[in-house]
Amino acid sequence: MIRVEGLKKTYRHVHALDEVSFCVKPGELFAYLGPNGAGKTTTIRILTGLTRLSGGNAWLNGFHIERDSLRAKRQFGLVMQSINLDQELTLLENMDIHGRLYGMKKALRRIRIRELLGYVDLMSRKDTIVKRLSGGMKRRLMVARALMHSPKILFLDEPTVGLDPGIRRRIWGLIKQIQHSGTTIFLTTHYIEEAEFLADRVAFIDKGKIAALDTPAAFMARTGKWAIDLMQDGQMKSVYFKDRKEADTFVANHRGSYTLRRVNLEDAFLSLTGKKVKN
Amino acid sequence: MLLLKRRIKRLILSMSVSPLLYLIAFGYAMGKSVRFGGHTYLEFLIPGLVAMSSMTQSFAIATDINVARFYWHIFEEFQAAPIGNVAYVAGEVLAGMSRALISVTVILTLGMLFGVRLHCLNPLFWLAVALNSFVFASLAVALAMLVKSHADQSLLTSFVITPMAFLGGTFFPVDRLPHWAGQIIWILPLTHASKAIRQAAFGNLPGLSPYLFVGLTGIIFFTMALKCVDQARD
Repeated sequence: MIRVEGLKKTYRHVHALDEVSFCVKPGELFAYLGPNGAGKTTTIRILTGLTRLSGGNAWLNGFHIERDSLRAKRQFGLVMQSINLDQELTLLENMDIHGRLYGMKKALRRIRIRELLGYVDLMSRKDTIVKRLSGGMKRRLMVARALMHSPKILFLDEPTVGLDPGIRRRIWGLIKQIQHSGTTIFLTTHYIEEAEFLADRVAFIDKGKIAALDTPAAFMARTGKWAIDLMQDGQMKSVYFKDRKEADTFVANHRGSYTLRRVNLEDAFLSLTGKKVKN
Repeated sequence: MLLLKRRIKRLILSMSVSPLLYLIAFGYAMGKSVRFGGHTYLEFLIPGLVAMSSMTQSFAIATDINVARFYWHIFEEFQAAPIGNVAYVAGEVLAGMSRALISVTVILTLGMLFGVRLHCLNPLFWLAVALNSFVFASLAVALAMLVKSHADQSLLTSFVITPMAFLGGTFFPVDRLPHWAGQIIWILPLTHASKAIRQAAFGNLPGLSPYLFVGLTGIIFFTMALKCVDQARD
């Protein structure tokens, strides 16, 4: 469980995070969605002890992130946005060092490495130097490494950024499997479809504040079911409708080109903040 | 340690280049005509090279830390792990000290090839080497946390380490310098380390003060490194 109360982060006079509060239930997949620079990575960095908080409190499975930091750190695994593997070591060595950092015994490390490399389908590459792996393989290895010490919480910071659609879907499958094993997952992303597909609940973050928090279905229901994208005064505009009939009536009276489609999380974010997630 | 094992051959090779050049250039060029305190210049030079190399090699971990921080982002893996700052700093310092000890072994071997016999089994010799490398490995960790880019790190090496390497009693006796210069150089930990290393290598008793000075400096730098690692969270 992750509990965050009034989290603040200030860099000089810039408020990167401003009174952020939320709670992630055990076993839940919680997506943190927002444009670049909204405060997603800052939140993860604070929760994982990489950055000091300026105010507020946060607990990971009941352990305060500052006052009880070493025990709080034992609760989670972390997959960073940037590849942070030791490129000169093999997959096996990267996993083993991680296990040592968490004080795991040699026999247990061996068992977990075999299990996890099998899980992410990299066992056949265990003795390969990391720098020879593809981007997708490196990501899978980072997920496996984060799970090495059997954490109860997994932080994923933009885990599929820069990957092609096929590999992205493969990672999604892996994330779903991890959640089904009972792990609480905190995921930051700016891919709408990623949050839509994976998340139980979504928090929209914008300019360091949580703009809204709900399930993807509730967000979309609130916005409408259908959307029409059209050009108005030289600008793209989206109009939302409760049902198809309402949308069809609008189309009948509209002159010019348009696109009729289902409402998605991007529309919910747009109607709440007036801006797109991908900016 | 894994990386050290993997790189050991090229590391030893690269550690041999500079001392070999110094030995050839200074040793043969000066020949046996120059003597300091009853010792040939080669005998005088090798302990100086030991002091210099234990400093530069232990300080070189700053580059590894920089690469880990700015390019590979591995530092975050350590920051997020349930290990205290003491464990992290101690690990890096020991890595630096290991490099230093390997480089000293390389120099002593080269010295033997040049026919120089020193009291290198003297525990006080190795204690001085260990303390010297402790000082500069700790300083390396502290400075690596303060710099904002790899380029800054190169500047520090140029302005701090290189002058010290040449002036800290490595290539010539400090007492031959003008009084004011000697006063400044006496503040440098390398001056005390090279004095202790040279005395022990000649089979003399170096006295307690250089060990105390270097040891205390090491403790200060180690504490500084702990503080800087903590501050690196921002």
